Amino acid sequence: MTAQRQILGRAAILVVAVFLLVPILVGFYETALPAIGLLPAIGADHLSFEPIRKLLAIPGIETSVRLSLVTGFAATFLSLLLAISFCAALHGRIGLGRAGRWLSPLLAAPHAAMALGIAFLIAPSGWFSRLVAEYLTGATIPPQLMTVNDPMGLALIGGLLVKEVPFFLLVIAAALNQIAVAQQLAIGRSLGYGRGVVWIKVIFPQVYAQIRLPVYAVLAFSLSVVDVAMILGPSNPPVLSVVATRLFQAANIDMLLPASAAAMLQTLLVVLGIGIWWIGERLLAAVARAVLRRGGRGVGSEPLIRLGAGLSLLLLGSGFLALFSLLVWSFTFRWPFTEALPSVWTGANWSLTSSGWLTPFLNTVTLGVSATLLSLALAILWLEGEDRSGRRVGGITSSLLYLPLLVPQIGFLYGLQLVFLRLDLDGTWHAVLWGHVLFVFPYVMLALSDPWRAMDRRYLRAAAALGSSPTRVLLVVKLPILLRPLMVAAAIGFSVSVAQYLPTLFIGAGRVTTLTTEAVALSSSGDRRVVGVYATLQAMLPMLIYSLAFILPRIVYADRRALKGDPA
Amino acid sequence: MRSIALLASIGLALSATSALAADTWEDTLAKARGQTVYWNAWGGDDRTNAFIAWVGEETEKRYGVSVEQVKLSDTAEAVTRVLAEKAAGKTEGGSVDLIWINGPNFLSMKENGLLHGPFVEGLPNARYLDLSPASAASVDFTVPVEGLESPWRLAKFVFNYDSARVSEPPRSMPALLDWAKANPGRFTHPQVSNFMGATFLKQALVELTPDASVLQQPATDENFEAATAPLWAWYDALRPNLWQQGQTYPESPAIQQRLLNDAEIDFTMSFDPASAAAAIAEGDLPETVRTYTTDIGAIGNISFVAIPFNAANREGAEVVANFLLEPETQARAQDITVLGSFSVLDETKLSDEQKALFTALPTSEALPTNEELGKTLLEPHASWMTRLTEEWARRYTN
Repeated sequence: MTAQRQILGRAAILVVAVFLLVPILVGFYETALPAIGLLPAIGADHLSFEPIRKLLAIPGIETSVRLSLVTGFAATFLSLLLAISFCAALHGRIGLGRAGRWLSPLLAAPHAAMALGIAFLIAPSGWFSRLVAEYLTGATIPPQLMTVNDPMGLALIGGLLVKEVPFFLLVIAAALNQIAVAQQLAIGRSLGYGRGVVWIKVIFPQVYAQIRLPVYAVLAFSLSVVDVAMILGPSNPPVLSVVATRLFQAANIDMLLPASAAAMLQTLLVVLGIGIWWIGERLLAAVARAVLRRGGRGVGSEPLIRLGAGLSLLLLGSGFLALFSLLVWSFTFRWPFTEALPSVWTGANWSLTSSGWLTPFLNTVTLGVSATLLSLALAILWLEGEDRSGRRVGGITSSLLYLPLLVPQIGFLYGLQLVFLRLDLDGTWHAVLWGHVLFVFPYVMLALSDPWRAMDRRYLRAAAALGSSPTRVLLVVKLPILLRPLMVAAAIGFSVSVAQYLPTLFIGAGRVTTLTTEAVALSSSGDRRVVGVYATLQAMLPMLIYSLAFILPRIVYADRRALKGDPA
Repeated sequence: MRSIALLASIGLALSATSALAADTWEDTLAKARGQTVYWNAWGGDDRTNAFIAWVGEETEKRYGVSVEQVKLSDTAEAVTRVLAEKAAGKTEGGSVDLIWINGPNFLSMKENGLLHGPFVEGLPNARYLDLSPASAASVDFTVPVEGLESPWRLAKFVFNYDSARVSEPPRSMPALLDWAKANPGRFTHPQVSNFMGATFLKQALVELTPDASVLQQPATDENFEAATAPLWAWYDALRPNLWQQGQTYPESPAIQQRLLNDAEIDFTMSFDPASAAAAIAEGDLPETVRTYTTDIGAIGNISFVAIPFNAANREGAEVVANFLLEPETQARAQDITVLGSFSVLDETKLSDEQKALFTALPTSEALPTNEELGKTLLEPHASWMTRLTEEWARRYTN
């Protein structure tokens, strides 16, 4: 048994190392070298602080760093707050499982597509403004407001919220499965506490312990996001991640040195950010404990909770409207300002020849399906290994698993591209697949490991007692029981794959085009009509898989209520 | 010893003849057959993408060379890629075969030895080009081309405006300032880190600077301040009257065009005199948009294609570069229903039949005539653009 455990431990570490750690560390190393003056190809061959000095001399760089911090923290904190209020106000009134199904389009739509839609809603000449102009004011030119690309980054924060609130709702819903919510709520209510307050004081601390990792992932993402920041964020100066991207793409290749320094600074910012958040957790916990002991029933705070829930609904509503506006644009020929709907419609944007979406579409599907299946197989291997050895893989190894979600992509992708080049692997479909698995696998593990570990072990013992081999138990008992979580993990994995932009671009050498790479390239054209086609496809594909994840278990288990995954 | 030297010289002679043999066009065509050319080109324009796809179909049909467009959101992505390949020691079999390139990116690749060539004079269709040293096809932002890149489309800095809201457009930079003061928030230019934004500054500099001839020399600490002082005084007055009070700028000319289409502003700028006419036909701009240049003329240059030093399909790339110079190809490119990009060929070198291809093209109200386009001003030396954008960032970044 001990030997088997050791083998398991080593095998797991090996998998993590080969698939996830080595590429990231090597990529990071190769990106770090130019930051300290080492890039022999352009004649930079001695250690120097010049790249860092050059980076710090860029006008507005302090503002960029400050903007990154402010928008990153604000987006994470606010989205968590809104998601909590939403749950506190509505828990028990609507099934969170059902809510999850409603939220799937928002979760499935890639960030860049959503950002484009949001920009169209709120711009001075956007949809809201067009409605007002056509039906109320009769204005012929848009108002001079700064609703997008504002220097404070408010539009950027809003755009991030639209994606992050539903993500937190889904994560919280999953965590709630592990907690006896109804009983605790009933006890709290009988003691005279408001229901929202019970939720926040009793339920939420238990939930938070389970969702810390997703919170860190969201924080890391918000601090380093590129595509959304380009579309909605301030431009002069932009957030740090955009500064780094612009430097990597600058006409003057000497700029690669400060670009690498910027990538390193970005990584530092995320590490620091997570540290600050961690300290904040401790402080908040201390304060909260004191508040809890005071024992206020806090009925007066209910309006605040309702306000939060209302704001969440508003956000979710704008998310849907943004997606819908892209669908409308995809059928537009001409849609001038002041008109509430397109003045000339067309189906031509959807024709294969004019927008050429077939190849990117096929690549997206094959990459997404392969990356998801591969990641699922790896995750099952890992979890089944844990079961057979009777021991969970150690804390450090399993948290390393999530490194790709926490380290900013720009910190290692340039270096990773160099490595793939040396191995002559870049630009191939298989290399891109690996790049996708790097990010899909952690999310699949994140989604699958809790349900797997929470599985009722009595079924397994019963099966074993009836003489089934471990493999038979896996195939005939475990996987069927877990069909629903497996499908949800697959859906999440697939949408993560669809949304990958930088990995596809860097590792794919620009040759493996997906809906996302094309949509981001096209978004630089500002033509919402073709972008609408790509964004609609982008959002629809994962939505299809999400729907499948909800529908398939119902069909397969039409006669087994307990396996359909519904609470009742 | 002597025999070794002899062998070596025979070897040299042999390789020299084989190198010479490889230079004939028939050989290039033969080697190119069956190759797939990865053409790295900015992918933000649908019409250009469609044109490149058409080029691929034609070269496939005629020469067995297929073209795969790698759509870039910025040309520098491809430059970075070739550089990364060089850094990784990949001196052949590179992933980039052909790049749509200009000015700073070209200079950067040329200086770092990342280009194949000279190859332009070896192209049969080079006979239609004016390759004299001072011609627009021989100089890219004052950097001598030296056969390292081949022209394919003409660019000239123009303003587009919506005549429904602007009755008489300002035809000089001081007039533009007056107009902006009278109509605050209705004019802007792309982000200066963008090529077009930087070009707008250069166009203003050429007009406002006391002695424009200085701009043909490299910019130095000494000449820069005197040459640009009037520009900054003018811009200081202009900026508060820009769209969003100059707090933010459109990321690219394409985004700026969207703002004009959305009626948020009244002007765009473009390096393609036919772009507005084309956008109108596409439903992408109001039909009332018109194109003009300022009275002193417009900065102009030619867009090129170049082949990286390690291109895997060099011969195919040359065949494509040559095909782009066919008079029929150039006429098709100039057709506003196709691409609307003006021809790079020297009209005096075309036969009457070939000239007729151009006169038969459809016209548009928004399309300026050659006279209306006015004088072509020389691009300042490339160093001015770098200094201008750096100084602009220093002055106007918050």
